[in-house]
Amino acid sequence: MTTLNVPINEGNGNHLDYLHSPKKYKGILNWILSTDHKKIGILYLISMLTFFSVGVFFGFLMRLELISPGKTIMEPQTYNQIFTLHGVIMIFLFIIPGLPAVFGNFFLPIMIGAKDVAFPRLNLFSWWLFITGGLVALISLFLPGGPADTGWTFYIPYSVRTSTNVIPALIGAFILGFSSILTGLNFITTIHRLRAPGMSWFKMPLFVWSLYATGWVQILATPIVGITLLLVAIERWFGVGIFDPSLGGDPILYQHLFWIYSHPAVYIMILPAMGVISEIIPVYARRTIFGYKFIAFSSLAIALFGSLVWAHHMFTVGMSDTAMWIFSLLTFLVAIPSAIKVFNWVSTLYKGSILLEPAMLFALSFIFNFTIGGFTGLMQGALALNIHIHDTSFIVAHFHYVMFGGTGFGIFAALHHWFPKMFGKMYNKKVAKLSWLFLFIGFQLLYFPLFIAGYLGMPRRYYDYLPEFHIWHFISTIGSWILITGLIIMFTNLIIALRKGAKAPANPWGGVTLEWSIQSPPTHENFEVIPVIENEPYDYSHFEEKEEIKN
Amino acid sequence: MILNASNFVKEVDGVFLFILGISLFLLVLITVLMVVFVIKFNRKRNPRSKNIKGNMALEIIWTVIPTLLVVGMFYYGWYGYKKMTAAPKDSFEINVTGRMWVWEFTYPNGRKTDTLVVPINKPIKLNLNSLDVNHSFFIPAFRIKKDVIPNKNNYLWFISNEVGVYDIACAEYCGLRHSYMYSKLYSLHQNEFEKWYGSVSDTVSLKTGK
Ligand SMILES: [Cu+2]
Repeated sequence: MTTLNVPINEGNGNHLDYLHSPKKYKGILNWILSTDHKKIGILYLISMLTFFSVGVFFGFLMRLELISPGKTIMEPQTYNQIFTLHGVIMIFLFIIPGLPAVFGNFFLPIMIGAKDVAFPRLNLFSWWLFITGGLVALISLFLPGGPADTGWTFYIPYSVRTSTNVIPALIGAFILGFSSILTGLNFITTIHRLRAPGMSWFKMPLFVWSLYATGWVQILATPIVGITLLLVAIERWFGVGIFDPSLGGDPILYQHLFWIYSHPAVYIMILPAMGVISEIIPVYARRTIFGYKFIAFSSLAIALFGSLVWAHHMFTVGMSDTAMWIFSLLTFLVAIPSAIKVFNWVSTLYKGSILLEPAMLFALSFIFNFTIGGFTGLMQGALALNIHIHDTSFIVAHFHYVMFGGTGFGIFAALHHWFPKMFGKMYNKKVAKLSWLFLFIGFQLLYFPLFIAGYLGMPRRYYDYLPEFHIWHFISTIGSWILITGLIIMFTNLIIALRKGAKAPANPWGGVTLEWSIQSPPTHENFEVIPVIENEPYDYSHFEEKEEIKN
Repeated sequence: MILNASNFVKEVDGVFLFILGISLFLLVLITVLMVVFVIKFNRKRNPRSKNIKGNMALEIIWTVIPTLLVVGMFYYGWYGYKKMTAAPKDSFEINVTGRMWVWEFTYPNGRKTDTLVVPINKPIKLNLNSLDVNHSFFIPAFRIKKDVIPNKNNYLWFISNEVGVYDIACAEYCGLRHSYMYSKLYSLHQNEFEKWYGSVSDTVSLKTGK
């Protein structure tokens, strides 16, 4: 037996958990000045979910406007600003920080047997940057001229010509970029330096591997967006023609620089979610993961190839044939490590002992949605076909299948999996499953029709549309209502659990990674004694039934 | 709806159906396996799991087969795309100007219109230019699209196969009235086209159907 399977603390409340440990400050200061990685994780969770609800609200308004052709509830200018806000909030304030900043902060140190991240104060600083960047980006809501109406890509020359407030959004993105870089740096250092004795690289949980790959992308790709924004500022203030064609600049150069960052950012968004799925499936299938090393290395392969495919967002701008085929081929190659992951996850179910708890339902629907998102991504990688579906609602459907059906469902899976550990409370599992059902059905109805409309020629970012697309938009809007009902049920259930939920045991699901060996919620220090690791991360061969608490 | 409106439709739809077929097969396979495993190996029926750590043969199979499939998809897509860039030398050239939020077409004889009129069965080359921001010239029924960017000489070409009226849309977001930046393309028989091209009237008399 190893320390892995022996709970150090039975979670009987003998030790003060991190929520109740002695405090330096009182009230909110105790939170926003804390350098405890767990409290910072919770801070991110609260701020991220706040931004998420704002983003969902804007999405809801867009879908409502599109329920029928012509004006429904708003003017075109308002619609253009709302889809920009929706994109900026969801991408920069929800999906990018989502898993690494919330669950990475909370669980990365615990999963490798550490007491905190390598640089706790830098970690708190990253959160402050995140909040500052978010507020700066949203300040334009209250300025004359209103928020940007450019789309989250801020393409030049339109973003130079518009009278709306583009600059606050760009400065916000600049600050958020630093938050992301510092978090990546912190995690990479933590993984290199703070692993518990015996935890070799191939004994690390796969969520840690995915955060490691993500960290490198954050450090290497994010500075590009900073440089780009700096160039935009130089162009605006000194009139040096860089991107703006009216000054002799090249708008295509802007698109290249934008996507050199923003495409790898897609992998910052999806890789940690893949890591979460790799954690969840072994726990509820109660067996070791299939193909550990293949899953670990495929994360690195995705990070590497994913950084070299940015121009596949630009197949219609008029690039040389050589650039076209190279970017197309590389795009197809990214599919291979992704496929390897999916096949290994499905094989992990084989001969398992499976319990369909809420987190498992979300994880399995991640695989389904991500597979659809991946296959439709292949369609866009094929050059002849890309020309037709580029900039149509087909693309909108595709990236929502990856970002929401994938990463979003991954976040919901992580939330249900780790909630008892983070807060020491148990939620109502039946209600959680009901919310999953609403979310899953609502999601398909909301986004699948957009594939069809897109192939039939429905362009994206359209305030109005031809009557022939009405049916698809109508179904999609109905889907958005079902999806939002699911969100309301899910969050209400979790909030009720926070207040009135039954006390959660240390290991409610029967996990064998380190976070399940300590009490729920963890103590301030995580571990009384730093554990010594001997087993592989998902070793169920010694698993004892009695450790599982009755459901 | 006309199913073979331009010389690119078969190519593009062919790539689509090829990838769609493979995708559907694999999606059904993955989903069915998940459902079957969840039912067959649920905890009541199968209280003891078996710890299988991996299988080298399987890993090789599901690396090699997807590699072959995606290289096939890549090639099919590239092959179709190459035709789209190779405008024949004898194409009939028309200049297209995009600006917020209208299209303007200038013919070799100097004639300017706000709808595009072309003869069928003849290669047409459109030289694209923008006066302000980025736009994208998109004819859904023809399966072609190209961005229209200031100071950049983009072009696209096609052969219209059948007489008819088709939508032209702007596919690159360009501001307030982006979603209204539509125009029409009229494909006419050669003799009808010449009659129109030689006349001064801007009205297009059109015989739809065959
Ligand atoms: Cu336009």
